[in-house]
Amino acid sequence: MGTTMKKLPPKPVDTKKKIQHWTIAIVTVVLIIWSFVGMDFGGIKASAGQIAGAIVAGIFHPDWSYVYNGSGEDLISQLWETICIAFLGTFISAIISLPFAFWAANTRHKKWYTSRSGKVVLAVIRSFPEIVLALMFIKAVGPGSAAGVLALGFHSVGMLAKLFSEAIENLEEGANEAVTAAGGSKFNIIMFATMPNLMPALISNTLYRFDVSIRSASILGLVGAGGVGYPLIIALQYRQWNRVGVILVGIIVMVVIIDWISGWIRKKLV
Amino acid sequence: MPKSKEQHLAELPKKKFKIMNFVWVVIMILGLFLSVDVTNTHISVLFNNFSQFTDIFVQMCHPDWGYAATAIPLLIETIKMAILGTVMGSAIAFVYSLLIARNIVKNKAVTGILRIIMNIVRTIPDLLLGAIFVAVVGIGPVAGVLALTVFTFGVVVKLFYEAIETIDPGPIEALTAVGANKLQIIHFAVMPQIITYFISYVLYAFEINVRASTVLGYIGAGGIGLYLQQTLQVFDYAKTGMIILVIIVVVVIIDYISTKSREALMK
Repeated sequence: MGTTMKKLPPKPVDTKKKIQHWTIAIVTVVLIIWSFVGMDFGGIKASAGQIAGAIVAGIFHPDWSYVYNGSGEDLISQLWETICIAFLGTFISAIISLPFAFWAANTRHKKWYTSRSGKVVLAVIRSFPEIVLALMFIKAVGPGSAAGVLALGFHSVGMLAKLFSEAIENLEEGANEAVTAAGGSKFNIIMFATMPNLMPALISNTLYRFDVSIRSASILGLVGAGGVGYPLIIALQYRQWNRVGVILVGIIVMVVIIDWISGWIRKKLV
Repeated sequence: MPKSKEQHLAELPKKKFKIMNFVWVVIMILGLFLSVDVTNTHISVLFNNFSQFTDIFVQMCHPDWGYAATAIPLLIETIKMAILGTVMGSAIAFVYSLLIARNIVKNKAVTGILRIIMNIVRTIPDLLLGAIFVAVVGIGPVAGVLALTVFTFGVVVKLFYEAIETIDPGPIEALTAVGANKLQIIHFAVMPQIITYFISYVLYAFEINVRASTVLGYIGAGGIGLYLQQTLQVFDYAKTGMIILVIIVVVVIIDYISTKSREALMK
């Protein structure tokens, strides 16, 4: 008697679902094996461990003389330049994003193809590699932070306008209708109903994008578009591991502080 | 003459002037001028040389179709890199998330230290990781895979541990009450609640990785980005245009597949 009590009822079997799950699992495993097979793992440099050790040692014994020496080429001024690139880039993209967002937002008053075409345009902008855009701007305005600013400003539109348009889609119609009912013009609707309701979402999304832009701005230097990425790639090429270490620490500290500040502002906003 | 009552009602109430809003606007304008000064960005420069920019763009818009065939092998390598990086990074993230979820590991010191490490790893951008790994292991796809592994780890671990912390504690308590050990609790109480989330995050990370892996080649970390660099160096923009077109098509297709499967998963 005791044994019957302990038995659980059998699990219901759904054959169709089971087959589906197994197919997905097998396809996934095959894909993973396929990716492993073609990969040439033999190409790793023999000195890999040594270099990794040197970089880690460099992080713990940073090149302090590089942090600030007043020449304008030191770490602090490079990081400051990176922050300025991200700030200006985000600012430009926020302004460009607004019309794009209204174009792509799928609201009730629009034909379906209007918003669909806007979404496709944004998807293409998003997929256009940032680095290539930076190189194109380098050709146009010469190497330096200006190219980085423009590249960021245009590239961020893809993501930022998408976030903005989602915010517009989530807007309550009520406030707009109230202004219309009170006899407000189209301009009044935008000034008194749409904008005040939209503002917190816009600011919050822009701040979020600023976080992302800070990371991008520290990369753009790798191709010569200003910011802290340039001294990093130089230090990597000349094998100055102490300097690599201190730059990495600088980037990490900068990103953490900016994330913290923007998180704090966004929390206050909500 | 004092206003009549009707006029009063027709007027909108005055908005309260908030000093903080004013301060923020001033900060923004100051920041704007400061950053324009530091980065030396002048809109006139752009307009003066805008013809050059459009020139490149026009050349890119006439892609060299024949070049697509050359790009395919490296395109496959790119996707392989993305898959491997996603799989390895997610595997590490899976275990790591269980270690930093406060409803599974109760020791605050352990979770705290592990979280600090996670946050530091998360701050490093993908291409930077690529540049470092190229310096460490040498030029080639292995550097890309390692960079993507670390990057994926950062993306997945944050989302996943937050998902773990929001699960229903009931099943965990029930299993603890009948005397299950940690592994059994994870297997029977935690897993069923979060596995769909995990798969969804992995797919999301895969989307990001496909994007990231297409440019990693530019700095020598394998994949199609290598052609990006080669064609740009010789100013062959028609070929660059083709590569970008291929990248955009692949990214859009993979985004579509992954979004659809994520939707199906969450149903």
